[in-house]
Amino acid sequence: MRYSIFSLARNALGGHKGWTPTWRDAEPKQAYDILIIGGGGHGLATAYYLAKEHGLTNVAVLEKSWIGSGNVGRNTTIVRSNYMLPENIRFYEWSMKLWEGLEQDFNYNAMVSQRGVLNLYHSDGQRDAFARRGNAMRLSGVDAELLDREQVRRMLPFLNFDDARFPIQGGLLQRRGGTVRHDAVAWGYARGASDRGVDIVQNCEVKGFVVENGRVAGVETSRGKIHAKKIGIAVAGNSSRVAAMAGLRLPIESHVLQAFVSEGLKPLIPNVITFGAGHFYISQSDKGGLVFGGDLDGYKSYAQRGNLPVVQDVCEGGMAIMPMIGRLRLLRGWGGIMDMTMDGSPIIDKTPIEGLYLNAGWCYGGFKATPAAGWCFAHLIARDEPFPAASAFRLDRFARGAILDEKGQGAQPNLH
Amino acid sequence: MRIPCPFCGLRDSSEFVTIGEASMSRPPADAPEAQIFDYVYLRDNPAGVNQELWYHAQGCRSWLKVARDTRTHEIESAVLARGGAQ
Amino acid sequence: MTNSQRLSSGGLIDRGKPLSFRFDGKTYRGFAGDTLASALLANGVKLVGRSFKYHRPRGIFTTGAEEPNALITLRSGARREPNTKATTVELYGGLEATSQNCWPSLDFDLQAVNQLFAPLFVGGFYYKTFMWPAAFWEKVYEPLIRRAAGLGAASGLPDPDRYEHATAYCDVLIIGAGPAGLSAALAAGRAGARVILCEEDFRLGGRLLADHYQIDGETGTQWAEQAEAELTALPEVRIFRRTSVFGVYDGGVYGALERVADHLPQPPVHQPRQRVWQIVARRAITAMGALERPIVFGGNDRPGVMLASALRAYVNRFAVAPGRVALFTTTDDGWKTAEDLIRAEIPIEIVIDPRANVAEWLMKPIARAGTRILLDAVVTDTKGGRSLQAIEVLKSGSKLTFDVDTLAVSGGFNPQIGLSTHLGGRPRWSDEIGAFVPGELPSGMAVAGAAAGQYKLAECLAKGAACGAVAATDLGFSASAQPAPRVADEAIEVKPLWHVAQSRHKAFVDLQNDVTSKDVEIAHREGFRAVEHLKRYTTLGMATDQGKTSNINGHALMADLVGRAVAEVGTTRTRPPHVPIAIGALAGPHVGAHFKPTRYPAGHEWALANGASMVDAGQWHRPRWFTKPGEKDWLESVTREAKTVRAAVGVCDVSTLGKIDIQGRDAGIFLDRVYVNMFSSLAVGKARYGLMLREDGFVLDDGTTARLASDHYVMSTTTGNAAKVMQHLEFCHQVHWPELDVAMVSVTEQWTQYAVAGPKARVLLQNLLGDALDLSNEAFPYMACVEFTWANVPMRLFRLSFSGELAYEIAVPADYGEALLRELMRAGASLGVAPYGTEALGVLRIEKGHVSVGELNGQTTAADLGLGRMLSTKKDFIGRVLARRPALTDPERPTLAGFKPVDSAQRLRSGAHFVPLGITPSVENGEGYMTSVAFSPHVGSWIGLGLIKRGPARIGERVRAYDPVRGGDVEVEICSPVFVDPEGARLHV
Repeated sequence: MRYSIFSLARNALGGHKGWTPTWRDAEPKQAYDILIIGGGGHGLATAYYLAKEHGLTNVAVLEKSWIGSGNVGRNTTIVRSNYMLPENIRFYEWSMKLWEGLEQDFNYNAMVSQRGVLNLYHSDGQRDAFARRGNAMRLSGVDAELLDREQVRRMLPFLNFDDARFPIQGGLLQRRGGTVRHDAVAWGYARGASDRGVDIVQNCEVKGFVVENGRVAGVETSRGKIHAKKIGIAVAGNSSRVAAMAGLRLPIESHVLQAFVSEGLKPLIPNVITFGAGHFYISQSDKGGLVFGGDLDGYKSYAQRGNLPVVQDVCEGGMAIMPMIGRLRLLRGWGGIMDMTMDGSPIIDKTPIEGLYLNAGWCYGGFKATPAAGWCFAHLIARDEPFPAASAFRLDRFARGAILDEKGQGAQPNLH
Repeated sequence: MRIPCPFCGLRDSSEFVTIGEASMSRPPADAPEAQIFDYVYLRDNPAGVNQELWYHAQGCRSWLKVARDTRTHEIESAVLARGGAQ
Repeated sequence: MTNSQRLSSGGLIDRGKPLSFRFDGKTYRGFAGDTLASALLANGVKLVGRSFKYHRPRGIFTTGAEEPNALITLRSGARREPNTKATTVELYGGLEATSQNCWPSLDFDLQAVNQLFAPLFVGGFYYKTFMWPAAFWEKVYEPLIRRAAGLGAASGLPDPDRYEHATAYCDVLIIGAGPAGLSAALAAGRAGARVILCEEDFRLGGRLLADHYQIDGETGTQWAEQAEAELTALPEVRIFRRTSVFGVYDGGVYGALERVADHLPQPPVHQPRQRVWQIVARRAITAMGALERPIVFGGNDRPGVMLASALRAYVNRFAVAPGRVALFTTTDDGWKTAEDLIRAEIPIEIVIDPRANVAEWLMKPIARAGTRILLDAVVTDTKGGRSLQAIEVLKSGSKLTFDVDTLAVSGGFNPQIGLSTHLGGRPRWSDEIGAFVPGELPSGMAVAGAAAGQYKLAECLAKGAACGAVAATDLGFSASAQPAPRVADEAIEVKPLWHVAQSRHKAFVDLQNDVTSKDVEIAHREGFRAVEHLKRYTTLGMATDQGKTSNINGHALMADLVGRAVAEVGTTRTRPPHVPIAIGALAGPHVGAHFKPTRYPAGHEWALANGASMVDAGQWHRPRWFTKPGEKDWLESVTREAKTVRAAVGVCDVSTLGKIDIQGRDAGIFLDRVYVNMFSSLAVGKARYGLMLREDGFVLDDGTTARLASDHYVMSTTTGNAAKVMQHLEFCHQVHWPELDVAMVSVTEQWTQYAVAGPKARVLLQNLLGDALDLSNEAFPYMACVEFTWANVPMRLFRLSFSGELAYEIAVPADYGEALLRELMRAGASLGVAPYGTEALGVLRIEKGHVSVGELNGQTTAADLGLGRMLSTKKDFIGRVLARRPALTDPERPTLAGFKPVDSAQRLRSGAHFVPLGITPSVENGEGYMTSVAFSPHVGSWIGLGLIKRGPARIGERVRAYDPVRGGDVEVEICSPVFVDPEGARLHV
């Protein structure tokens, strides 16, 4: 059913009895051409683009729980392409382009809101690093503006300009960046893929791979064996666990990242704002909650929860730049499992096992990558060659030394 | 999370920094490059008990090898990390 | 205004302490012991707020933090607190509250027009529309939605109050001071355990204050008072009132919020508003009770509809007198409300119970009072405008209407299991009580009383005492058995009724988020059947009450729709915080200028007194330049300082650089392994520039390391990397090479160090030190170092140069730092000495081609920085192997070079990218970027260092320094990175 104000009105007259499931909750078949492991944003987007762009519909998405139960439903909803390295800018800008047309493309309102992403700087050194980054973006045809202190003050007068330990000196602004209603992305892709014939199988956990003569042939699941010629892994924080079933060791550690939302408020914070002298970023959702987060807890975790010191650290960062939030209340916090790579950049590549493909290592940037990750992974699986925007995200780049280290932190995942 | 530092007793994890897994020792100087690559870049990253390296930065400055469950954050033991993975 | 709805006697309010307060501009009176909610009810105020989506009138529904409806904005100005639950506000004199989410007023809210569009505004409607035209989302639809959404408005002003963080340790933490919690505290406390008892209310007792109980012949309130008195007298027991435990964390850590001053107009001087406790507990007992749940029926949201247990609390504890009351209960407990109302001589019109059989002894006293009782009946709908006027009841197929203004509802109880699930433990469904109870508990935690589904008072008292005794005994204390208090038996039967199917009007599941039973049906129809999908699609349970009154009803409705048991459908995971917590409280005291520590070198005061402008270098404050009278801008000052160093002598505080003292027989071998170059061969009394790599082959840090004795080195690091290098060295020693006899310690703060640089540096030092040292070039050449004593002060002198001039660094223990600075300036006065700051330091080092933070950015190799030849081939060192990877040795990598503007009047800027001349700049033809720039007095123009492809091979070539974010586009010439004295002759004079 196509969604529009007309379908909504028509259904309202019928007491909303006419709606049908957003996606089909499919029973798994015995065999498919392609299996995607992971019914998160990336997996569902991959299935959608396999069907829509490559005409491949004998595809199933296997989700161990309910779709969207991973990081696509537990992030701070930010989209942006303000990277420094050309390889990353190219990929994330491709994602931005897809975000910009996404809702019309999959006929689902994911509330893509290009409200601007502003990164504050607090020293000359940071300013110059942001200039380097902004210039790299401009060279790649991406919008970037370097604001000085007065420009930032005019835009966001409520920031702490007068009493700050690290005074705000300016910011790097990407106006096309913004936020997206995260859950709706999963549902929109699920609906689009399902409508085109993809099977979305929930409560189906992969327990092992069937490998024959160095070639993948299927998976063992909690709902039986399923055969497939090609299998894509898109399981974010669980990448190492799933890859280990195929005997692979990855340059990845899984870490917990917490995020928080406040009670609902009338419009207060217009943009996405990130603090440059501490760990804090914030935006306000359409529903009115302030959505914010900060740094990783720092230790490896599969528990989807963190500890109090980081909660306090994030709130401290928030108060440092916007002391007006002191009396507002933190309502809910959650933790996501981040697949942190050794250089902070992702992997979309074939694996040493023929027919087995890997989409992993999204660190805490996986949400904004969703459309492009799906697009590029679908292209790789369908054609066995990388889509140009993702051609640098190779698994062998670590051995070659062609690493993509935006922050210059080296091979320590929790610093990226 | 509270870490049982052999010198300082149970201390809050915010006094420590961790650099991750202690699954492998630094290979000797004459080891093949591939082995050093594995050491620097590849991780087991298990869901369960694993050995990790923690540094008591705001305490005794000891590097500890901590056996910790990544599913529950429960800590089984913490010993001095002398010699890496052995 | 009078307390028109106040009983003439009774209650736990202090009638001797009347308090005046304002709500929406009107003045009312309450008493000490009231909450804002009880005071409003006592004044006959029923309409308190408007709902989130439909702007329906809403009143007071509960007595606590589970309140979904009565959200108000408390206080005004910068202390404004939106979304405050009136049920949790302790009344104080002068309290000011306003209604929110309504316009123009609470009584007449125009946005209630939304109700007309309600057929469209069903769960998830926004995902299906607002997509055309695409550009309208940000410009039209979204601003409208945003204005309509949200609840209260923030002040937008900085919070004027302070917050504290504190840590407490105890043997047994008890959460909740109702009958179970008090019993647990008494048992553990009497055994001698260190007990912390947290109670979120301002008075201990929990339901003992709200219900009529007799314990050992006394009232519940009296028993609670005696327990409190005994606990207060026990030396190892601490009672935290007004304190909510909000989270359980790993290792027995609990987060708690103490509302220190929220019951006062503003915090007393030197007192925080709130304090966040981190409580480290060996054992914990949660005794947080259970929350009553509503029944989902038409119009169940009207002001006047409230939970039966809440009505009872308002009558018994707060002496509020409701008007014409009806009771709709499917629990035995609900009947207590009727009983208590009758006891308080408040007429109760009717009791409706959907159950066909209710114990005779429960009904008898009610019937005797003349109350009509309808069994096997349900309330289907309510009527009224801004408050309840009538209810419609269905009994045996016929519809009856009763005019009432208060409807008490009891649909069962949900144990407060939140804290028990914070570490991931799944709750367990109990058919016996029709609710989830705690399942697998966090290690060290026990649950007692209603929170564990033990609803009878006798059980609460007994189980609480047992848990307290077990916890104490586990920890080695000896608890003696105490006789169980005598209390009457109670009926606690519940027959869950989730939804009155015969309702015609909107039946609310989540009152605050306006989620109705129809929305749950739509979610089911559209496939959002997992409880987490239901939550995310309809927003069920996501309001500020965190679903405390709505979740289970919603999940049970979904269970019905999918034809499965509630236990199978499950419930959503609860996460900290258990109640919403002010962000300021979580942030604590380190805000504003105290966000991070500020570190001052010893010469800070002197520098300030001498015209220094300061700059942040990490946490350090360093002089950036010193303004002399008459200087019109920073560039003039910096240029003067740099020229002074080149022509005479300058003094710069370099204390902030990391200093690591390294001692031991194997110190040299150790340094050989962490630096790319050799240090074991360094002669005693000499220093050497060293470069460190990370294990991945990229540069970690640089600095000079001096050998003071055969087994004693002192290393310097960059300011920013001091802690990182220290950690790295400890790692290398303790983890890689524990067999080496070496030890290290950071002495950054113990030693103050000044650079004395310029052709007259030697003269200055001779003026200062006299005959103490022979400073001739022969006796103390470039890169020499010495320890000595002068004026009874231990000192170190190094002949190092960052500026390229004849230069020294002199170090003293930090206590003498400022004195040494004064002496240096005195000794140099006749030579024209000037202090110089970080900017001039930067000018001098850029002129000399030395790398610093701009180049040591973690992305560069030794070869990139022109230092590739330093890598020893004779030894192993950290980073040796992976530095040889193909991409790190690619000849096309951007490499360090110098840059000059072709038009010498033009300014250079760091962060500009290099692109070839004459073609459109694009990412494909980018060649590198500028890392550092300065105005060079020596060259007479701006100069820069940068990384550019094949830099050293392209000297003389011209490229563009392209800087579109700052409107810059400068033609530059590639040159040697060494602009001054390339032969290094000045170093050796």
